[in-house]
Amino acid sequence: MLILTCPNCGLAADETELSPGGEAHLKRFGPGSEDADFEGYLFHRANPKGVHFERWRHAYGCGKWFLAARDTATLEVFGTYPAQTTEPPAEIITRIRARHPDWSPT
Amino acid sequence: MRRYSAFAIVREAARHHLGWERAWASPSPKARYDAVIVGAGGHGLATAYYLGKNHGITNVAVIEKGWLGGGNTGRNTTIIRSNYLQDPSAAIYEKSRSLYETMSQDLNYNVMFSPRGVMMLAQTEHELRGYRRTTHANALQGVATEFIAPERVRELCPIINIDGPRYPVLGALWQPRGGTARHDAVAWGYARACSAMGMDIIQQCEVTGVQSANGKVTGVRTTKGDIATPKLGIVVAGHSGVLAEMAGFRLPVESVALQALVSEPIKPCMDVVVMANTVHGYMSQSDKGEMVIGGGADGYNNYTQRGSFHHIEETVRALIETFPMISRLKMLRQWGGIVDMTGDRSPILSKTPLEGCFINCGWGTGGFKAIPGSGWGFAELMAKGHSPLTAAFGLERFREGRFVDESVAAGVAH
Ligand SMILES: Cc1cc2nc3c(=O)[nH]c(=O)nc-3n(C[C@H](O)[C@H](O)[C@H](O)COP(=O)(O)OP(=O)(O)OC[C@H]3O[C@@H](n4cnc5c(N)ncnc54)[C@H](O)[C@@H]3O)c2cc1C
Ligand SMILES: [Zn+2]
Repeated sequence: MLILTCPNCGLAADETELSPGGEAHLKRFGPGSEDADFEGYLFHRANPKGVHFERWRHAYGCGKWFLAARDTATLEVFGTYPAQTTEPPAEIITRIRARHPDWSPT
Repeated sequence: MRRYSAFAIVREAARHHLGWERAWASPSPKARYDAVIVGAGGHGLATAYYLGKNHGITNVAVIEKGWLGGGNTGRNTTIIRSNYLQDPSAAIYEKSRSLYETMSQDLNYNVMFSPRGVMMLAQTEHELRGYRRTTHANALQGVATEFIAPERVRELCPIINIDGPRYPVLGALWQPRGGTARHDAVAWGYARACSAMGMDIIQQCEVTGVQSANGKVTGVRTTKGDIATPKLGIVVAGHSGVLAEMAGFRLPVESVALQALVSEPIKPCMDVVVMANTVHGYMSQSDKGEMVIGGGADGYNNYTQRGSFHHIEETVRALIETFPMISRLKMLRQWGGIVDMTGDRSPILSKTPLEGCFINCGWGTGGFKAIPGSGWGFAELMAKGHSPLTAAFGLERFREGRFVDESVAAGVAH
């Protein structure tokens, strides 16, 4: 069972308490942007076999959103961090690099 | 290739079964092919088969990282139906269902197609209206379905609890010519037919890179060496994102786990397929007597072919209300597959930004039923650059807002 620690309330929540919210750190392209950028923002997803940053909501707990870094090939969790973050924090990157030395963000 | 027949069984019985040939060859890859298909699941093999049969292209390799049909094709619950809502879906799924009817004869391989009927229960007012609408749409599309009353549901499947306290059965969308087939046999039958046409099926060979020059595909890098080709078909279901990255583009697809389970075998108690979409569960009985059970997909990206336990619990809990008699059954096995989900729950059969490279994916939780139709259409697309069956399923539909929205219509897995 997947367990993620909610950075908002500090609880280690198991999967049944959480709802997944898809890829994190998407850059929003709104009205006036190029069609290709808008399409990418709305539909295209990295969907990697490996390190994935994603949004979760502590739905049956404090109700708030947060972000998590996970490995989709092993289900290892590298950590969780607040939703008000535009890129993964350095300590999470360090933990990912310890596991995957050649990993680089795309 | 020697044909399978009743006579062949008698002949082999008389000589200790020493004369059966290998069903397909296991060659080493050649340096170049006219077309290369990545992924020997049902869709990849059917594509190769129709490239040869309908378009005369037989210098073809199908490259598979594991074994034939070891992906979702060998992991699904084999429901075959074509009662979709949108016209492009009805066209490709009905073509597919009709090809299943003659597949055993076409391939000279028994795929055990069993048109036992598929029943989709309406358990809320909303679902009732939705399925009535689908029945009307199907009538216009020429797909034989009907909306049946609860009494008829009880007649067709006596083990259903029609007046359950929480979700009584209000009726059902009934497709009498839907059913099931043997999943492995579909992969094996196509593989044998492809091999007989001289195609190379290369197992234990992973594609690790896509090669191109001037915006055109030139070949693939594999664990058994480089293979040149001007035409590449990517048909890898859950791994579509990985292959797309190799080819230099992104897809509107996410990979998640979908699970299924089977019970211990019991005496025949149910001779139709029943889907209960409101409660997210469906069930049929295999020829061996096992109850084959499936439910909804897990919610988060996952490549492990292993899902969450609580989803199984939800599926089984839901089905016990509808089928009280299964409450004491022991479950024998449980497994997962990685399914490729698109936002509109319709597949992608398309050209890609890389010239000569085509992709067939996004079948998600429901592509077993589509194997022959998808192979038919995708082979035509690869051979001629256009196919009426696949025209609505291009990648550009997302940018243009022309979704083939089946998520509302089906509501649940497959
Ligand atoms: C539990 C479950 C139940 C389902 N139930 C139903 C159902 O009842 N009815 C229905 O219609 N559908 C159902 N489906 C969906 C159906 O199984 C799939 O849509 C269909 O089998 C997809 O076939 P495919 O050939 O595209 O993919 P697959 O059979 O997954 O084949 C893709 C192949 O590509 C190979 N591959 C991947 N990467 C590489 C690489 N780099 N190099 C070489 N090869 C590679 C894989 O090893 C794999 O064999 C179900 C799926 C699951 C998981
Ligand atoms: Zn919380």
